[in-house]
Amino acid sequence: MLRAADVSFSYGRPGRAPGVLHGASFEVEDGGFAGILGPNGSGKTTLLRLLSGTARPASGRVTLDGRDLATMGRAALARRMAVVPQETRLAFEYSVLEVVTMGRYPHLGAFEVEGPADLAICRDALAQTGTSHLEDRPFTTLSGGEKQRVVIAAALAQIGSSHGAILLLDEPTAALDLGYQLETARLLRDLQARLRLTVVISTHDLNFAASLCRSLLLLRDGRVLAAGPTDRVLAPDTIAALYDVEADVRHHDAAGHLVVVPVARIAGR
Amino acid sequence: MASPLRRRRALALLTYGSIAVLAVVISPLVGSTDVDLARALDRRIPFAENADAQILFVARLPRTLAGALVGATLAAAGVVFQGLLRNPLATPFTLGVSAGAALGAMLAITFGWSFGTAGVPAVTTASFAGAGAAVGIVYGLARARQRGLSTEVLLLAGVTMNAFFSALILFVQYFADFAETYRTLRWLMGDLDVGSYTPLVTAVPLVALAFVAFAWLARPLNLLNLGAAGAETHGLDVTRAQRIAFISASLATGAAVSVGGPIGFIGIIVPHLVRLMTGADHRIVLPAAALFGAAFLVACDLVARTAMAPIELPVGIITALVGGPFFLWLLVRKA
Repeated sequence: MLRAADVSFSYGRPGRAPGVLHGASFEVEDGGFAGILGPNGSGKTTLLRLLSGTARPASGRVTLDGRDLATMGRAALARRMAVVPQETRLAFEYSVLEVVTMGRYPHLGAFEVEGPADLAICRDALAQTGTSHLEDRPFTTLSGGEKQRVVIAAALAQIGSSHGAILLLDEPTAALDLGYQLETARLLRDLQARLRLTVVISTHDLNFAASLCRSLLLLRDGRVLAAGPTDRVLAPDTIAALYDVEADVRHHDAAGHLVVVPVARIAGR
Repeated sequence: MASPLRRRRALALLTYGSIAVLAVVISPLVGSTDVDLARALDRRIPFAENADAQILFVARLPRTLAGALVGATLAAAGVVFQGLLRNPLATPFTLGVSAGAALGAMLAITFGWSFGTAGVPAVTTASFAGAGAAVGIVYGLARARQRGLSTEVLLLAGVTMNAFFSALILFVQYFADFAETYRTLRWLMGDLDVGSYTPLVTAVPLVALAFVAFAWLARPLNLLNLGAAGAETHGLDVTRAQRIAFISASLATGAAVSVGGPIGFIGIIVPHLVRLMTGADHRIVLPAAALFGAAFLVACDLVARTAMAPIELPVGIITALVGGPFFLWLLVRKA
């Protein structure tokens, strides 16, 4: 279980800089699919950074199976947990296979070269994400949606075979158009079910979260507004508190999940 | 079963290694005076009376080896700086190393310092010290702004240090006499006419140390391409990798510049040509660039020695004449 207990964090002077957290708590059990929702500057990305161990909380603890992340080695953590950033830009022309192979870094010694077993894992990750045909293409020439799939493949190559593997995604669809958003959502749902991953995504897109997540955490100004199963958390009153927006929430039969229709901005808040 | 990477790397090492060996073997035999190789290698003729051996071993071979050492070092350091800064247009001189070295060399020339130790000229020692000072200042600035190393601050501080040190050089030159200014200018052109093996022997341990670091850095540099955050979630200690990259590449550059002066463009032309042919993986690019850099600079120096014979041009002029247009082509090609 991945858990943040009462964590606080600030980038600059306490209380001044955006993206600060004030005593937020979050948890996701093994095999769970959780979403962290909130407006821009609410602390979503910061919470994700604390969960991934790339930032340390000023107070509170982040634990993986009860163990403080601060006590885990970088490589050990990286073998268990991978992060998919919002966007990946490379300065040089690496091939798709080379990018995915970078996922094997925490599994190899300092001067070790990835062997046939590592390559097999990478090819499997490409197959899982439907990107096998892109293997030899330069990563920089791919479309946004293809890039995101390849980066997810790299993440799978990184954590693939380990038990209780965790995938963190920071606004995975923010840079994608509607078609790629749906495609990415389907890919994540398939992968989660097939590989029994634990998945945590941060997003400001209510409908994207509703289509995927089984549990949600709503963040505003670095504080938790609501947390729990998606069906319970996603309601007109919580959305009003989150975005200052009057919204209609109903179950969409064809889509098979809750959908949120924003109706009007609530003035004066 | 050999992995594809091993095979690709072996092929690249073989190819570029052969080119480098070829360049180093051919270059000393070519020049304004013909050398009779059989006579030069004839042990029965005393060295003092063997003009061919003297030209080969005293004049040409040190110069060729200096070219190979400096070329390999600047090319590999260029690869490391480009990877560290995630910028294909970075060079070993972007971060102020060459300007610091030039300042040190200029001070040694102008004030006639003669603290040369163990046969190493004062100019060499002073230029290495100047490079170290510049690197120290830039590093301190990049550390001051944030925990870890800010590559933006590195870049801006380096560019500023280049301009500032150039101003100091001009300031001192304004009061220097003609002969000193001429020597400084010649040093700034970059020249491989080292005159003896001593500067090479001094530089080799430093360069060797840096190359050990480069070998370790190959995979971290690949990961740094993902950005600091991405590299860190792959399990890399980003701050440590950046620090090792910066210090080792600066050390190597300082050593190379103290031998041959600030020979420009090697650190950008060679990495680019190599990447075009081998792909981006630093585990192949780094050794291939070092070998090709050695061959490239030795070849440029051969042109410098023979193009206007009997006048021997400083090699820095040749690399800049080739490199300037090449750099602009890169810039336009990117856009």
